[in-house]
Amino acid sequence: MREYALRRLVTMVPVLFIISIISFSLLFLLPGDPALTMLGEDVGDEETYQNLRKELGLDEPIWVQYGYWLGRTLQGDLGTSIRTREPVSDILLSRLPVTLYYGFAGLALGATLGITVAVISALKPGSKIDAFGTLLAMGGVAIPSFWLALLLMYVFSLMLGWLPPSGYISPFKDPTASAKLLIMPAIVLGTGSSAVIMRQGRSALLEVLAQDYITTARSRGLSERLVVWRHALKNAMVPVITILGLQIGNLVNGAVITETVFGIPGVGRTTVDAIFFRDFPVLQGAVLMLTIAVLLANLLTDLAYGYVDPRIRYR
Amino acid sequence: MQGVENTATARAPADDRQGRELARPTAGEMAFEERRRRRFEILRRTLETRLVGTSLVILAVVIVSALAADIISPHDPAYQDYSKLVQGPSLAHPLGTDDIGRDVLSRIIHGARVSLQVGIIAVGIAVTLGVTLGLVSGYAGGWVDNLVMRVVDAVQAFPALILALAITASLGPSARNAMIAIGFVSIPAMARLTRGQTLTVRETEYVAAAHVIGASSIRIMTRHILPNVTAPIIVQSTLLIAAAIITEASLSFLGVGVQPPTPSWGGMLRTGSQYLESAPWIAFAPGFAIFVTVLAFNLVGDGLRSALDPRLRTRR
Repeated sequence: MREYALRRLVTMVPVLFIISIISFSLLFLLPGDPALTMLGEDVGDEETYQNLRKELGLDEPIWVQYGYWLGRTLQGDLGTSIRTREPVSDILLSRLPVTLYYGFAGLALGATLGITVAVISALKPGSKIDAFGTLLAMGGVAIPSFWLALLLMYVFSLMLGWLPPSGYISPFKDPTASAKLLIMPAIVLGTGSSAVIMRQGRSALLEVLAQDYITTARSRGLSERLVVWRHALKNAMVPVITILGLQIGNLVNGAVITETVFGIPGVGRTTVDAIFFRDFPVLQGAVLMLTIAVLLANLLTDLAYGYVDPRIRYR
Repeated sequence: MQGVENTATARAPADDRQGRELARPTAGEMAFEERRRRRFEILRRTLETRLVGTSLVILAVVIVSALAADIISPHDPAYQDYSKLVQGPSLAHPLGTDDIGRDVLSRIIHGARVSLQVGIIAVGIAVTLGVTLGLVSGYAGGWVDNLVMRVVDAVQAFPALILALAITASLGPSARNAMIAIGFVSIPAMARLTRGQTLTVRETEYVAAAHVIGASSIRIMTRHILPNVTAPIIVQSTLLIAAAIITEASLSFLGVGVQPPTPSWGGMLRTGSQYLESAPWIAFAPGFAIFVTVLAFNLVGDGLRSALDPRLRTRR
C-alpha cells in the first residue's frame, strides 16, 4: 500500500509542474503591461507601479520570472492582494473553511440521494423510483445550477418564506440559522453530483448483480437482503468511490455559482470578486489553490480506491 | 434474475466491455449493401427513441431561432419601451418585458444565436486541437504520448469553470474570449478520447498494411485512423456542446462572458436574478431555455452513442 501511494505521488509531480506553468501564464494573458493592468486606475502612483514591477520581476527574462514565482509559491507566498494589501494566502485560507463546509454538505447530500436512488433503481428496475432516478440523472446534469438556485430561492424564500434567501452564519455561532442557510446551496451543489452518482451506481450494481458469485450466494439460500448488502453493494460501491472523487472538481465549479448567488463568503465568491476588482494575485492564487485541492482530493480517492480494491495496487 | 437483461440495456462504461464479445466481421468484409442497411439502422434507432426524437425537435427549434432570429422574433431585442418596464406576460409580450422594457421572448430567441455560436465554435476549437493531439499522442506513443498526456492531465486537473473564468477574465470579458476559454478547457476530454480510440485502431491489420506499403505517418493518421475514430468523436462533441453552453451561460451569468447589450441566456439570468421578487419571469424564461437546450443536446448525444455503438464494435 505504501509503495502504491508513493507511486501515485511521484506521478503527480510532472502534472503539478505543468499546472504551475499554466497558472503562472495566466498573468501573460492580461493585455499589455501586467503591472499596469493589475493596477488599473490607480496608476498615478509611480512608486507603487515600480514596486509592483519589481515584485512581479517584470524586468527579468520570463523563465527567471517563473523561477521567482515558483520559489515564492512553494513557500506558500501567493503575493499580496492589490485591493486590500493582505497576503493572498491569508485571504484564501480564511475563506476556505466556509467553502469546505458547503462543499461537504453538498457532497453528502448528493451521495446520499444518488446512492439511495441507485440501489432502489437497480433492485427494482422499471419501478417509480427507477423512473425518478432516470429523470434525476437526465435533468440533474442539464439544469444550470444558477437557475436551480434562483428557482429554489423564489419558491422557498420569496413564495413560502421558509428559508432565508441568502447570507452566511457560522455554524459555531448559531447552528440553526446556519443550517437554514445551508439547505438551498447544498441542494444546488448536490444535484449535479447525485445525478452522476446515481447513474454510475445503478449500472455498477446491475453489473455486480449479474455476476456468478451473486448467483452462487443466492443458490446457497442466503436471504436477498444479505446478498445485496454483503455481496453486491460492497463490490458495486468501488467504482462509485471514483465517481465521488471526481465530483470534487464539479463542487468547486459549483461553489463559484452558489457562493455568488447566495452571498456566501467563500473561496468561490472571492475568485469572482477578484475578477471584478482586477485583483490579479488573488485570482491567480485562488485558481492555483482550488486546482491543487482538487488534485489532492483525487489522490485521496485513488488511495481509497487502492485500499478498498487490492487489485488496483498491483497494476 | 431481472438484473441480467437489464445490464445489457444499461448505458454506462460498464456495457462497453460486454459489447466486445459480440464482435462481428471487420469493416472490410462488409458488403456495400450491408453498410447502407446499417446506416439506415443507425438513423432508425436514433429516431426510434421518442425522447431523442423530441430532443431533435427542440434542437431544430433552437437552431431555427438562432438562424432566423431577426425574422421570427416579435420585437427588436434591443428596443427599450420605457412605457412597458418590467411587465408580466401579456399578448404583446408573451414572456413579459425586462427592467428596461425589452421583450423577453425576442431576447430569448436572439440568445439562442449566442449560445449555439459559442457552444459550436468552442467545441470546434476543442475538436481541432484535441483530436490532433490525441491522434499524434496515440499514434506516436513513447515520450510524445507521455508529454501530451501529462499536459492533458494538468489542464484537466483545473476545475473547468474556474479555469475558463480565469482565462476569460484575463483576456478580457467578451463572447470571443469565452469561446477561446471554453474551447481550451474542453481540449482534454477530446484528446483523451481520440488517443484511447487511436491506440485501439493503431493495432489493426489495415494500419499495419498501410504501414507496410509505405504510407507516411501523416497519411496513416488522417486517412486510416481518423475515419475509424470519428463516431465516438461525434458523440463526445454533442455532449461537449451541451457542457459548453452551460459554461458560457455560467460565465455570462457571472458577468465575464457575453457582454450586454448582446442578448445571452446567461446574461438575462444575471439581470433576472436582481428582479427575482418583482419580476420572476425575467429569470425563469432564459433558465428554462438553457435547461431544455442542454438536455436536448445530452439526449441526442446519448442516443447517438447507443445507435453508433454496434458499428463501433464491428470495427474493432
